[in-house]
Amino acid sequence: MQQNSDSMNKIIFFAQTRELVGVNKLELAVEQMSISQLLEQLSLRGNKWSLALKEKTVLCAVNQTLVNYDYIIQEDDEIAFFPPVTGG
Amino acid sequence: MNIIQVNQSPIDVSSLITWLYESPADGAVVTFMGKVRSFENQVISLTLEHYPEMTEKVLGNIINQARSRWAINRVAIVHRVGKIYANESIVFVGVSSTHRSDAFATTEFIMDILKNEAPFWKKEQTASGQNWVKAKESDLKTLKKWY
Repeated sequence: MQQNSDSMNKIIFFAQTRELVGVNKLELAVEQMSISQLLEQLSLRGNKWSLALKEKTVLCAVNQTLVNYDYIIQEDDEIAFFPPVTGG
Repeated sequence: MNIIQVNQSPIDVSSLITWLYESPADGAVVTFMGKVRSFENQVISLTLEHYPEMTEKVLGNIINQARSRWAINRVAIVHRVGKIYANESIVFVGVSSTHRSDAFATTEFIMDILKNEAPFWKKEQTASGQNWVKAKESDLKTLKKWY
């Protein structure tokens, strides 16, 4: 997956999503992929990943702003996945 | 003027109120505090996690939106993270304005949007273990009031 010619995107996980997938962050070259495609690709890593990254239950932020699943990932984007928020 | 803080330490309410109170042109100061609720002593504490860079951005955006809707002066949002025990404060929102209606509306608006958009997550510790708090459908409905 990792190619030297591509820039790496930082992918980070929070809260229950992080606990389920078992890692805080990944560095992958995923530029030009949609968020949907990235979710699909990550879900192949195993049951816990597919459970944690189900569309409609996981939220996605790119560069700290919420985005839809059809967003196309750009160079240097920071991508975050997390469950619906529960602050306040 | 804005105060936006995300801290592990307890919220210093009196200094926030002093700050909100300073401007003689303001006729109203409205504050809200949210605290850890423990029904029949079930909840011992909460642990709050957040996404620091995004939290700051979202809270700043919420205040900007409020400023475009209402005539308000000082706004303070202080949110705790880390371990918070039952009956302690989690969040403080304070707004000053010339007249009370703008400060009341802004305070409610900030809390409604914060509940749905600010990246905080609560984990509950009870006598029988710990679990992530689930997002409430009712919080999502409050958004319709504003958009």
